[in-house]
Amino acid sequence: MLLFVEQLLNGLQLGIFLFLVAAGLTLIFGIMGLINLAHGSLFMIGAYVAATVTGWTGSFTIGLLSALPAAAIAGVIIEFVVMRRLYDRDHLDQVLATFGLILFINEAVTMIWGRTPLFLNVPDALKGTIEIIPGVPYPIYRVAIIAAGILVALILWLIITRTRAGMLIRAGSTNREMVAALGVDIALLYTALFAAGAVFAGFAGAMAGPLVSVQVGMGEQILILAFVVIVIGGIGSVRGALVGSLLVGIVDTLGRAFVPDILKLFLAPAEADGIGGGLSSMMVYLLMALVLVIRPSGLFPTAAAAR
Amino acid sequence: MAEPLLSIDGLAKSFGALRATDDLSLEVETGEIHALIGPNGAGKTTLVSQLSGELTPDAGRILFDGRDITAMPAHERPHIGLVRSFQITSIFPEFSTLENVALAAQSRTGHSFHFFAPVARDRTLNDIARKALADVGLGDQVDRPAHALSHGQQRRLELAMALVLEPRLLLLDEPMAGMGPDESAFVVDVLSKLRGSVTMLLIEHDMDAVFALADRITVLVYGRPIATGTPADIRENPAVREAYLGDEEVA
Amino acid sequence: MPTSFEKPFLIAGLIFLIAFPYIAEAAGNAYFTSTVARILIFAIAAISLDLILGYGGMVSFGHAAYLGIGAYVVAILSFHGYDGSALFGLPGTEYAPIVWPLGVALSAVVALGLGALCLRTSGVYFIMITLAFAQMLFFFFVSLQRYGGDDGLFMFAGRSTMPFIDLDNDTTFYYVCLAFLAGFFILCRAIVASRFGRVLRGIKQNERRMVMLGYPVYRYKLAAFVIAGAGAGLAGVLLANHTKFVSPDILHWTKSGDILIMVILGGIGTLTGPILGSAAFLLLEDYLPVIFGALSMDLLKDHWRIVFGPMLILIVLFARRGLYGMLFRRETDDG
Repeated sequence: MLLFVEQLLNGLQLGIFLFLVAAGLTLIFGIMGLINLAHGSLFMIGAYVAATVTGWTGSFTIGLLSALPAAAIAGVIIEFVVMRRLYDRDHLDQVLATFGLILFINEAVTMIWGRTPLFLNVPDALKGTIEIIPGVPYPIYRVAIIAAGILVALILWLIITRTRAGMLIRAGSTNREMVAALGVDIALLYTALFAAGAVFAGFAGAMAGPLVSVQVGMGEQILILAFVVIVIGGIGSVRGALVGSLLVGIVDTLGRAFVPDILKLFLAPAEADGIGGGLSSMMVYLLMALVLVIRPSGLFPTAAAAR
Repeated sequence: MAEPLLSIDGLAKSFGALRATDDLSLEVETGEIHALIGPNGAGKTTLVSQLSGELTPDAGRILFDGRDITAMPAHERPHIGLVRSFQITSIFPEFSTLENVALAAQSRTGHSFHFFAPVARDRTLNDIARKALADVGLGDQVDRPAHALSHGQQRRLELAMALVLEPRLLLLDEPMAGMGPDESAFVVDVLSKLRGSVTMLLIEHDMDAVFALADRITVLVYGRPIATGTPADIRENPAVREAYLGDEEVA
Repeated sequence: MPTSFEKPFLIAGLIFLIAFPYIAEAAGNAYFTSTVARILIFAIAAISLDLILGYGGMVSFGHAAYLGIGAYVVAILSFHGYDGSALFGLPGTEYAPIVWPLGVALSAVVALGLGALCLRTSGVYFIMITLAFAQMLFFFFVSLQRYGGDDGLFMFAGRSTMPFIDLDNDTTFYYVCLAFLAGFFILCRAIVASRFGRVLRGIKQNERRMVMLGYPVYRYKLAAFVIAGAGAGLAGVLLANHTKFVSPDILHWTKSGDILIMVILGGIGTLTGPILGSAAFLLLEDYLPVIFGALSMDLLKDHWRIVFGPMLILIVLFARRGLYGMLFRRETDDG
């Protein structure tokens, strides 16, 4: 039971990372009709910058805060140099060009930081554990991530539901032409949205730094999971991204923690470990398959999905 | 009287608050050319799309030849003789004119899970296609890529593709849209030659064509038929004049 | 429309490929034969992707999955044959007439299952889902500890065995690959020119119209997807034999991207193009570092991808017709 609560929280925390990446990705698709494989690279850039600056200054706060503008700048440069030329292209072109972008960014990161993974320590202030419920000690840093994630999700929700920019985003994700008809500077809106998506991804990357090893390829791992999230939630839907992220995060974490044990009830331990390892890493994809069978356009379908 | 070929009963389809089809009932008799007219936004194309199976009605039934086809998958409907053409030309731009029609003929002449014999040399398909193209006046265009045809030629190609499917009921969604008067007259001629052998539900804004072709006319306003009758009846109908014909220049 | 150059080019190409091992040996670089065998193998995979991508309009970003399945069938059966253990109660084997069809068939079966799911969607969903399912299979093979997990599996027993043919001879193996490529190429040419192929091309151009002509498009797309999966499975079978080693890297998502690039680089929807694309891609991969090294650009020698990535973007933006287009088509023919 204790383990279960702990794993549930770990799942929640993975879900929050996924949401921060998937929210930008799904909005960019919904509004600009663009599939961007290089979105995960922004996650990676956030992690690298946070790790490096923290190393220089000794302050994780400064590291985290410098990751945000770094990701935003990277996002704006990417949008300006490559993405702009892809909005009117078909998905195949977008996939290939952003795949090329990944090759470039990964190689550039390797040139700058080398092939050895960086490790980032949990900041001193957030070391130690806290008893979430009596008898369940849980790392403070992970609690902080969950809190920060919920805060960001709230801010995002407020922006989308309460501001003019949010109104444009909501309108744009269901009807791109209408936003153009409103006389909005589309180019500026796109760049801003891209930068915002980059900041969210970079923020997630920076916070993930102390929990994982910071290395080339980390972006694509989370990117593919974010795709699963979007397929489950429905393209273009922020609410879908939220629900999908939490589902994927929790299913993945609980699956890894418990599937081998559950299999041991039926199978010999050695066999259960073998099969369980494979099955547990496949759980989220099986979840996606299930959603596809029941609701091919996701749990929260939007008009953007029709494209 | 014989049973109608097509019988629509209480059909309804809404998009949000808009009732595109509103409790619509309509019968098309075997062999007749039945024109469907009405102002823009009356729900004519929405109706055709429900008949062809691309849209699923919210309520109501569609009977074809006495059989309930409301839930029949779209791709099965051409095989029972229910064939549509498109208002916005829908062809295969990279294929030649002949290939376009041959592809339609292939759908009717048995299954297409043939993986080896080259289809370009399939005499059966090409003969059917050549004849159909000659019928619509495109006999000299067989080898041109479809995207290179003029608008009017593409409209006629579209018609040829529908005809080789050997429809029993042809759903024609503005076959003369964007055509010049000569081409329109030609198409009216092609269609009137089919009178009696092919039943047609004809949507058209060209009133000359409608009154030249139609055996009966139904006037659709806001998704609902307000009158059905012979061309003469419709011309005289005060409700129709008020709702529709009054707004347009009609001969 | 292809110009009349294509056929002479293909015949000349075939003659060149048949003569190649002798040329390589005469030049004192016999190992080139192995490099080209690899090109031939990836050409099979690229052609199979072109069948669904170029003719059916299906942007599959998970094609390496089938490559991996074919390869793992060979390696796993060889593993059991070598150590004498049983798999599902049956002994392992290296006997090609059993193993190879099995590898192709299993790839086809998995393509049938995954295709049935993926093809419920289209467009960008299809891209993401094919990618995700391929990743699922990647993790599946990573988790197979018995077969090396992350580290992969060496085929200690060597290549598959075949009656009368010694596959362990590199030149012989090269000719086997060439024969399979030629056979698969001819098969795909026949398919795209058949009734089925015309339906497939029709679906790519105007799916909605195909439905209204009475075609159950889902079934045709799925059939094409399965053929493509089987083709990639064949390439995987040969690839495992080529390197005598398999690892989850074969079905890493970047491999799917690589195959996609081969198709685009060579010319989408041409079947001949993907062969050129496979050659160009693998030669660039092998020789870009060498070229940079020769130019004493040491930084780029280690990091050649930093040049390759932008090259790819430029090709997408400005040269979509690929090598095939440059060789066989004139500007005005592009319709």
